[in-house]
Amino acid sequence: MIHSFIDILRRALDEEMTRDAAVHLLGEDVAAGGAFGVTRGLAQKHGVTRVRNTPISEAAITGLATGAALCGLKPVLEIMFIDFATLAMDCLVNQTAKYRYMSGGQLAVPLVVRTQAGAAGGAAAQHSQSLEAWFIHVPGLVVIAPASPVEAYGLLKSAIRLGDPVLFIEHKRLYTMKEDLADDIELPPIGRARIVRGGTDVTLIAYSGMVQSALEAVQTLADVGISAEIIDLRTLLPLDMATIAASVSKTHRVLIAHEAVLNGGFGAEIAARIGSELFDELDTPVVRVGCPFAPIPFAPDLERALLPGAQDIVRAVRLMPGLGE
Amino acid sequence: MPTPTLGDWQQMYRAMWRIRLFEDQVQRFAAAGEVPGFPHLSTGQEAVAVGVCAHLSHEDVLFTSHRGHGHVLAKGSDLQATLAEILGRQDGLCRGRGGSMHLVDAANGVLGATGVVAGNLSLAAGAAWAAQAQGRRNISVAFFGDGATGAGAFHETLNLAALWKLPVLFVCENNGYAEFTSREEHSNVTHVSSFAAPYAIATKTIDGNDLLAVYASAAEAIDLLRRDQGPYLLECMTFRLAGHYVGDAQQYRSKEELAAHRDKCPIERFKRHLIERGVAQQELDAIGELARLEVQQAADRARAAPRPDASTVLEDVYRSPALDGISG
Ligand SMILES: Cc1ncc(C[n+]2csc(CCOP(=O)(O)OP(=O)(O)O)c2C)c(N)n1
Ligand SMILES: [Mg+2]
Repeated sequence: MIHSFIDILRRALDEEMTRDAAVHLLGEDVAAGGAFGVTRGLAQKHGVTRVRNTPISEAAITGLATGAALCGLKPVLEIMFIDFATLAMDCLVNQTAKYRYMSGGQLAVPLVVRTQAGAAGGAAAQHSQSLEAWFIHVPGLVVIAPASPVEAYGLLKSAIRLGDPVLFIEHKRLYTMKEDLADDIELPPIGRARIVRGGTDVTLIAYSGMVQSALEAVQTLADVGISAEIIDLRTLLPLDMATIAASVSKTHRVLIAHEAVLNGGFGAEIAARIGSELFDELDTPVVRVGCPFAPIPFAPDLERALLPGAQDIVRAVRLMPGLGE
Repeated sequence: MPTPTLGDWQQMYRAMWRIRLFEDQVQRFAAAGEVPGFPHLSTGQEAVAVGVCAHLSHEDVLFTSHRGHGHVLAKGSDLQATLAEILGRQDGLCRGRGGSMHLVDAANGVLGATGVVAGNLSLAAGAAWAAQAQGRRNISVAFFGDGATGAGAFHETLNLAALWKLPVLFVCENNGYAEFTSREEHSNVTHVSSFAAPYAIATKTIDGNDLLAVYASAAEAIDLLRRDQGPYLLECMTFRLAGHYVGDAQQYRSKEELAAHRDKCPIERFKRHLIERGVAQQELDAIGELARLEVQQAADRARAAPRPDASTVLEDVYRSPALDGISG
């Protein structure tokens, strides 16, 4: 059956709520369907005590969800925009992430924080950011960023069943993307990347919205005789270095693409890991594609000018020694 | 709630002594350089911990602040394991990973102390929500200081807890200071209980150094929670006789102020009450001595306990075995 990203998230939530009575949804407007319609109809089906609207109190609802997770619930908290996760940061960083460790293994926080990120459609500087790098810096958290509806379906279900706190980052530009969902898909493991497209000349490492850009780039590169392999990281924390290593050992060239600004971005960490762990495999320096160092602008012309895309990937690959025109 | 017998009151007297002597011991260990970090003592505030926790069962859960030793002990956690944790030992409550400000004893319903002022309030509300959602009858208690009322999380949590009628008891220990700054300099609002009215939360301000008052008011509050009429905000006026942390020179307050409060020590005060009720001085001395021996024994054992093995340092970052021990 064909599903949009939004519909498939709803289906995953619905199925997990049906499967496990401990799963509860909470967040601003979730009982009313949520700002993007992801939870539409779930309150009617599962009841308003399991799909609960909250006040606009990101700090308190994140703590509430964490406390409930310590005591037997498996909450799925929606933070409407990742930009507002800034208001939940104390709890996520100081409490949620550290509970397992600080308690010496006595407690765990089976919590999924669903949020939505990235630039699209003039949402401007406070509703468009890609802030994943902040969370990847925190031991105890798991960070997932799906690149397609089917991936989102499986990863969300795996995240709900994981038992550790997960930040689940959805890209708003992917929300209308549609895919066919097979009846019995195997749930993807957390912490494992996937090869989206095999290739031999260069490895393109991407996640979330940038996987689509990488796919576009692959077509253009094929036209000039360059064979690119795409890795969709899926789980950013923990990072699947084994899949990266296998690919780089084959292609000997790497490009990392993300929508977040390059400075202090996750690409820097991946590049450093490749540089130190796979140096001998590299024929060319690791290259990164990402946002220039500016807030996301409002005007569509400016937004387009700033955001990295397929052309940037193609250009960067073609500048790699040995792959040039 | 059955009226406590004289024997019950004597147990509570002993519980207060245990906390006082335990923290005196922490202070000595700290002075000797044996406590990592900077422990905060609740000396002078013991009646709040004991008067509230006397009503709690193992199923009831408790979240406390940076000044939480007393609450943890009053809830029934083991002296030795608690002290071993404060000393950073392997058989401490949290295997040396938490320490004084992050005590957790899950089996006993101590779901954690936090070093972030006001950070525990929403967690306590969440535990209450879990109980409500799963139809369990247990309640949740959050202990916090007056300084926490300056945080947005305090107000957000009161609103949410009131809105969802959560069985959570917010116990404020208003000791007049947040670190080195007095309440008057922190807030225009003298009484923390004033914050309850706009959210339609039941509240009371009481003398937190009077064990009888704390016990009776906590009983009233908890009775409301158990009848689904929560939450409740209990403000206990008290005073810390110790510094903010061990080693605090306390230049921000006068010797006269301290002396005046020393006379209001909750333990001495309750001792006078018990004597008035006919308990012999000797008997009370024996209770104090018993507490002293308990603490002494716990201290000797905790100090002799092994230090954590460095090879375990990456354990328990994650629950999932596949993720634990990863390097990022
Ligand atoms: C969010 C935050 N800000 C600052 C501090 C530093 N700090 C630790 S205790 C404290 C004062 C807390 O006062 P209060 O809440 O009244 O508790 P008390 O120490 O009096 O028991 C401060 C400012 C902190 N731990 N957390
Ligand atoms: Mg105070």
